[in-house]
Amino acid sequence: MSKLTLNTTPVDARPAPKRGVGPIAWLRSNLFQGPINSVLSLLAIWALIAGLTPLIQWAIINADWLGTSREACNSGGACWVFISARFEQFIYGFYPSELRWRVNLTFVLFALLIGWLALPRLPAKKLAAVVTLVVFPVVAFYLLHGGSFGMPAVPTHRWGGLMLTLVLAVVGIVAALPIGVVLALGRQSKMPIVKSISVVFIEFWRGVPLITVLFMASVMLPLFVPTEVDMDKLVRALIGITLFQSAYMAEVVRGGLQAIPRGQEEAAAALGMGYWKRMGLIVLPQALKMMIPGIVNTFIALFKDTSLVLIIGLFDLLAIVQAALADADWLGFSIEGYVFVAFVFWIFCFGMSRYSQYLERKLHTGH
Amino acid sequence: MTTPSSPPPRGETPPFWRDPAKRALLFQALMLAALFMVVGFIVSNTLENLDARGITTGFGFLNDTAGFGIVQSLIDYTPQSSYGRTFLVGLLNTLLVSALGVFAATVIGFLMGIARLSPNWLIARIAGAYVEIFRNIPLLLQIFFWYFAVLRSLPSPRDSMSLGEAVFLNIRGLVVPAPVGGPGFVWTLVALAVAVIAAIVLVRWNRRRQEATGDRLPAGWISAGMIVALPALVFVASGMPLTWDLPKLGGFNFSGGITVLPELLALWLALSIYTGAFIAEIVRSGIQAVSHGQTEAARALSLSGGMTLRLVVIPQAMRVIIPPLTSQYLNLIKNSSLATAIGYPDLVSVFAGTTLNQTGQAIEVIMMTMAVYLTLSLLVSMFMNWFNARMALVER
Repeated sequence: MSKLTLNTTPVDARPAPKRGVGPIAWLRSNLFQGPINSVLSLLAIWALIAGLTPLIQWAIINADWLGTSREACNSGGACWVFISARFEQFIYGFYPSELRWRVNLTFVLFALLIGWLALPRLPAKKLAAVVTLVVFPVVAFYLLHGGSFGMPAVPTHRWGGLMLTLVLAVVGIVAALPIGVVLALGRQSKMPIVKSISVVFIEFWRGVPLITVLFMASVMLPLFVPTEVDMDKLVRALIGITLFQSAYMAEVVRGGLQAIPRGQEEAAAALGMGYWKRMGLIVLPQALKMMIPGIVNTFIALFKDTSLVLIIGLFDLLAIVQAALADADWLGFSIEGYVFVAFVFWIFCFGMSRYSQYLERKLHTGH
Repeated sequence: MTTPSSPPPRGETPPFWRDPAKRALLFQALMLAALFMVVGFIVSNTLENLDARGITTGFGFLNDTAGFGIVQSLIDYTPQSSYGRTFLVGLLNTLLVSALGVFAATVIGFLMGIARLSPNWLIARIAGAYVEIFRNIPLLLQIFFWYFAVLRSLPSPRDSMSLGEAVFLNIRGLVVPAPVGGPGFVWTLVALAVAVIAAIVLVRWNRRRQEATGDRLPAGWISAGMIVALPALVFVASGMPLTWDLPKLGGFNFSGGITVLPELLALWLALSIYTGAFIAEIVRSGIQAVSHGQTEAARALSLSGGMTLRLVVIPQAMRVIIPPLTSQYLNLIKNSSLATAIGYPDLVSVFAGTTLNQTGQAIEVIMMTMAVYLTLSLLVSMFMNWFNARMALVER
């Protein structure tokens, strides 16, 4: 047995724990965790300063904002005068200026409807959806095109700018939705002919680039119809976009349909419902709710893709800015023009993608 | 509620519209008939219209002389070549920019996707900003930006920006030295091929050995060393038979070297940066889809950080990543058709553009172009499905 010894000298006090809060601790745990991260952070800070300083100087500090002609641009920075001088054209295209209230009214109606649909607190979503998908396109057509109710007609070749971009994207989505639903149902059908027609249709349009579809719409479509039918260029582009988009929409709808448990349809069948009642009353209403994020995502893709119509000679937002860049009075401001278009597209697309992410979180009612 | 219909009395067959099988047959027959009517209507209209415009149908035009030049061609091409040849030139140019784009977009996408998950706050934010900025701006606009605002405003060949008097960047494009293999250089390439094959064999043998005995060699390091050392040895032993054709400024332009067209550069940059942003999101979500318990379990088994990543996280993340990655590759190939907007001579630009305008054979040309993209889509998805099947975990 050894003798028990007792150590009576006190142990040194431990150092105080490292601070877990405050800016220094935050820096330590987020930017300077170790040597590699510290070097990376310093490099990133240097790159940001080196890159952003000239950018901010060009875009804001040295930029020219006021004026009407290029003489106002003499301080060496960005020339935003170019944008403000041409702003109306970028938004309305060649729409007659005294009739632009009709475009504005359409924009306002559209914004109100979208607000009604998107804000969760507002009631009667079903009514809102019907109004947006069925009533609004008709009203918008009469407002934009005119030719009746005492409003002078504005031919489509005078449409352009942001307005045309929105028309292409909205018509493309609204027209593609019903075709997509039918195609998706056809793809899930047990009838072999219906199924194969749907599959071939969907895979064909998904396999080819939108440009070839637009080329097809502009050079082949006139050959497909009787000679006496004269199709408008915009209508041809819309037909091409709708066919193309309906295939993508069909895949979104299929995703929504597959998310509904089979038991729902079987229960409806057990209640004696026929196919159309099962689909229309039980499956589709549930599936459509699940599809909204997917539809928003396809809308974003289509919204960006509408810029391709400049290749077949329509003047959407990008095309009209591109045309303005060639104006002899405003040569050399291409960066300003592109930055403006990029900014407009970015605001729309970023907003929509945030909304769709929010919806996905909201609809994710699982674990 | 409707009252339930009474079942038909026994022994009596129900009318055919109450039999689902017969009803389906009838419905499909009607649908086929409608389809044939629509197709017939389109075909008859088309024939009538073509007749009225005096256009003969058929693919005979492919043998006619094209009569226009193409700025970039991977095979021999002169204005005296046929339209069939322009089709090939365009197709190869499309494949070239697609392959370059797929490679660069994958590298950018994986780097940015991993950077987005970095514990370094600043790096993660920069990667996030990259993704959010570039995927929300139309690709065509990005192509225009790189082409018209950046590459078209570069200096003329006389005042080119240069890197070590070997690489030059000017308004005519990027000029780089061209490697010229002398006699005997072929042996270096052979050595490279041998080293690659040996490395593959070694890795397979090592895997089998590990499964049998549990021992493993550092096969990665050995193969890397082999792939570098063997060709280098042969290269030195055969007397370094490689010279560089340096670009020289003569008159108003460079001679010698390889000139990369500004159109190709702009398209390549825009395609890889745009698609890279989407791939980064796919990679991020794929890695996040691997539950944290997997990493913790691997660490509990005392696997090192690198092994955890290589043996546990990546194989599971790849299962999630590959299907959407495939559709991004397909999108990139299809988006390369935007080349026509800046005049890069891809398939759509030289064939569906110039050739169609010169011959007026709209239907044949558009159909051939679409068929090419459909075939490419099919081939890429077949390859990626095969790859996916290899990567998928075998569940026991």
